[in-house]
Amino acid sequence: MSALWVALIVAAVAGYLLKLAGVSLPGSALAHPKVKAVAFYLPIAMLSALALTQLVGVTDRGSIPYRLDWRVLAGVVAGVIALLAKRGVLVVFVAAVAVTALLRLLT
Amino acid sequence: MTPTVDEAVPPFPQRAAILRAAVGFGVYAAAFGASFGAVAVSSGLSVAQAVVLSLVMFSGASQFAFVGIATAGGSPFAAIPAALLLGVRNAFYGVPVSEILQPRGFARLWTAHFVIDETTGMAISQANPRARRYAFWATGLILFVLWQGGTLAGAVVGGSIDPSTFGLDAAAPAVYLALLWPMLVTTRARVVAAAGALLALVLLPLTPAGVPVVAAAVVALVAGLTPAGRAQENA
Repeated sequence: MSALWVALIVAAVAGYLLKLAGVSLPGSALAHPKVKAVAFYLPIAMLSALALTQLVGVTDRGSIPYRLDWRVLAGVVAGVIALLAKRGVLVVFVAAVAVTALLRLLT
Repeated sequence: MTPTVDEAVPPFPQRAAILRAAVGFGVYAAAFGASFGAVAVSSGLSVAQAVVLSLVMFSGASQFAFVGIATAGGSPFAAIPAALLLGVRNAFYGVPVSEILQPRGFARLWTAHFVIDETTGMAISQANPRARRYAFWATGLILFVLWQGGTLAGAVVGGSIDPSTFGLDAAAPAVYLALLWPMLVTTRARVVAAAGALLALVLLPLTPAGVPVVAAAVVALVAGLTPAGRAQENA
């Protein structure tokens, strides 16, 4: 079994155990306001970091250690415009992919 | 399962409205699942791996995080902490869900699997206990089936095309922003998002894959423990 499979199964089972802990622990264990506040901000900080690491790459060449495909950036900007227009995740997905694909086709 | 009076009384008035909303979530889940399947396979997972993640992990943001980090070139184990930290909120959803469903013994084992953003949100927003239970299960079961179907369809289609030609590499960051967007309801939430991204940008060239995302959890810790954060959070 490959390392990817092992990591995948560990992550998936542990993710389920988190849910199981939530319905099994006494409510008071998770009810502290500061604990709830940290849990509220956790996905906000991490999803934002995740979006950035998927958008920006790293490179050894040149003095700037970052690499950014402007066509991918344009696609993500199209997705943000869809979000500003209060569109759902599917429209955002299609807008980002279509703009990036179109720019790749043209350039 | 907890005993209910469902059999004894006629359908309650909210049932149709709850079911309509649940189907809406299901359609959204099918589309979202298809984007997950396409991104997963084009990033290097097999169709089977994408499907197992959807079946067992069954939590969109954690699944996307796992794929993004596990396929970034470093060790796939680097993806585990980030996926789990994103799954922490599901544990917190267990508190209101337990109050609504009061699962006992083995019922906890299968109830737990359906405790996610959508089912919790639907359940707690209903007016009475019976509607809350119905909303939880209707949303959970419909969403689960369509999430799996969407994943499989997206994985099969995504595997047959070259991701960079079709711009699929723009899909992952755009989807993360779409997940993040509705959470940016307060100034502090927006500051947390910006600080998380900035910290990740600084760490990106310095650390192995996965570390910048896990490090962003520190920003959440600071924001959550600083007093003004408590008044603003609405989780």
